[in-house]
Amino acid sequence: MEALFAFGIGVLVAAGVYLSLRPRLFSVLLGVTLLSYAVNLFLLASGGLMAGSAPLTNQPGPWPDPLPQALVLTAIVISFGMTAFLIVLALRAVSERGHDHVDGRDTGDER
Amino acid sequence: MNHLLVAPLLLPLAGGALALLVRGLAAERIVGVMTSIALLAVAIMLFGVAADGAAATYDVGDWPVPYGITLVLDRLSATLLLVTAVLAVAVAVYSLGGADRRGRHFHALLQFQLLGVNGAFLTGDLFNLFVFFEVLLIASYALLMHDSRPERTLAAIHVVVLNLVGSVLFLVAVGCIYSAAGSLNFADLAERAASLPPDRQGLWRAGGWLLLIVFALKAALLPLGFWLPGAYAAADGAVAALFAILTKVGVVAILRTGTLMFGDLGLGPVLFALALMTLGLGAAGMLAARRLGGLAAHAVIVSVGTLLVSASLFSAAGLAAATYYLMHGTLATALLFLLADRIAAVRGAAGDRLEAAVAIRGRAALPVAFVLAAVATVGLPPTGGFVAKVAVLEAATEAGRAAAVFPVLLLVSLLSIVALARAGSTLFWKAGPGVGEDTEPLQVGGKAAAGFGIGLLLLAVGLLAVFAGPALEHAEATAAQLLDADGYVQAVRASNLARGGH
Repeated sequence: MEALFAFGIGVLVAAGVYLSLRPRLFSVLLGVTLLSYAVNLFLLASGGLMAGSAPLTNQPGPWPDPLPQALVLTAIVISFGMTAFLIVLALRAVSERGHDHVDGRDTGDER
Repeated sequence: MNHLLVAPLLLPLAGGALALLVRGLAAERIVGVMTSIALLAVAIMLFGVAADGAAATYDVGDWPVPYGITLVLDRLSATLLLVTAVLAVAVAVYSLGGADRRGRHFHALLQFQLLGVNGAFLTGDLFNLFVFFEVLLIASYALLMHDSRPERTLAAIHVVVLNLVGSVLFLVAVGCIYSAAGSLNFADLAERAASLPPDRQGLWRAGGWLLLIVFALKAALLPLGFWLPGAYAAADGAVAALFAILTKVGVVAILRTGTLMFGDLGLGPVLFALALMTLGLGAAGMLAARRLGGLAAHAVIVSVGTLLVSASLFSAAGLAAATYYLMHGTLATALLFLLADRIAAVRGAAGDRLEAAVAIRGRAALPVAFVLAAVATVGLPPTGGFVAKVAVLEAATEAGRAAAVFPVLLLVSLLSIVALARAGSTLFWKAGPGVGEDTEPLQVGGKAAAGFGIGLLLLAVGLLAVFAGPALEHAEATAAQLLDADGYVQAVRASNLARGGH
């Protein structure tokens, strides 16, 4: 399970890095979103991976660590808010400039 | 438990919320300024609390230490709370001169920004540091868009994307550190850092270095600082003055984690080299700047470089010099931003561009204030900047790094003098035909408000110079407390013991 999980995070990060280096705001947005998905999974794994048991229960152990789950919840909320703000900013930039190049230059290529 | 410790978070939260709810600019102004003044009063009281030497702690909601949110007030956090509060009052009052009517909800956003900054200084927990970073960031994005113009949108997008990636790295670091040490509380981490099993060391180190990258991004250290000049120069003057404290949040985070838990990671030499290069870049930027706002933005980079050259020695003398410069540099660069905003307002279409334009007449106070601010920024003798630079040079000599620090710091000072002198003579002496007119005529009392904001910062910078002796003693005590990681851990544990032991 660890290998699959790590591979999944790796693919998400690779795609996220590639997309966030693209010259169009839309790709950058997608890239940053993928990066935040990857880091949420990473945080979840930081307490150790475990299947089929609940974190807060009176059943005998072993229990998965509840703290990373709380961290992930917070991280999801924050990255959701930040991404929403970035989308609004990007829309505004498009309406001001008529294109979504990250540096404000519309060269027409690189699409 | 001293309930005053949570006031620097609750006050701006309540004030910001109230400023959103009240109707009309006048009411919003009253709420904003009153909250800032109350915050200053609280910060002065907390400064007194921290001055007795022991770190005070506060467990929010009375949850015991590793589970709840812990706030820790030591000399460093108390000092920064005070600097932030002075800056907040100055900016809030200055904005009454017209800056707050150029966009919506300036005062509410200012308070939310303060909530994040104060929280980042007070928190005793890595994850809450992340949360407060995000709080101050989202407020700063909105403030950056204050009085929105197309160039501000683009600057904001760059800052937002960069900080989103920074947040991702921060969370990766948090994950590494949590899986290595099993806690995120600073005191726990400080205790466990020494006794980690060998197979966890790698994760721990990776987490530590990643954190350094994140904090260096916030502090605008060299390879990660290129976002700052564009963003700060594009921002409204009053907003940029407030932003002068933001880079210091990154520096303080480096100081906090570097002294408490990553002491044996070898951060010092790397930080030192990067800080020297940052100094060079900042000085070059000051020379090359075409607007006073851009010049002030590069002065912020120089101040970060000076701070970290000194702090990265991680010696008592180095940390003391850094603490003193932290107070002085923040206020001096904020002052420069406010003056750039005022100068731009009286020069008509030329704005704050460094080129000959209409003469500035009948405003004797403005050039005098500019000279004082420039002297303070560069660190020429009568001001605290000079005291700070001597302290930095002494600390470097003591650490055996004099050969690297002396030439760079002195050359950077010289270049800064040249840049500021040239800017001043262009702005005030090289006048073309015509007389400057306010692009935005100030309201009745607006001139007084702008003058008060600038005057308050001048006064604070002046007081730091006049009382340089006591201030340096305080800085030395702060450095000693920073280096005493055991004292920090015991202070946090003591609150648990007082509760009846956990």
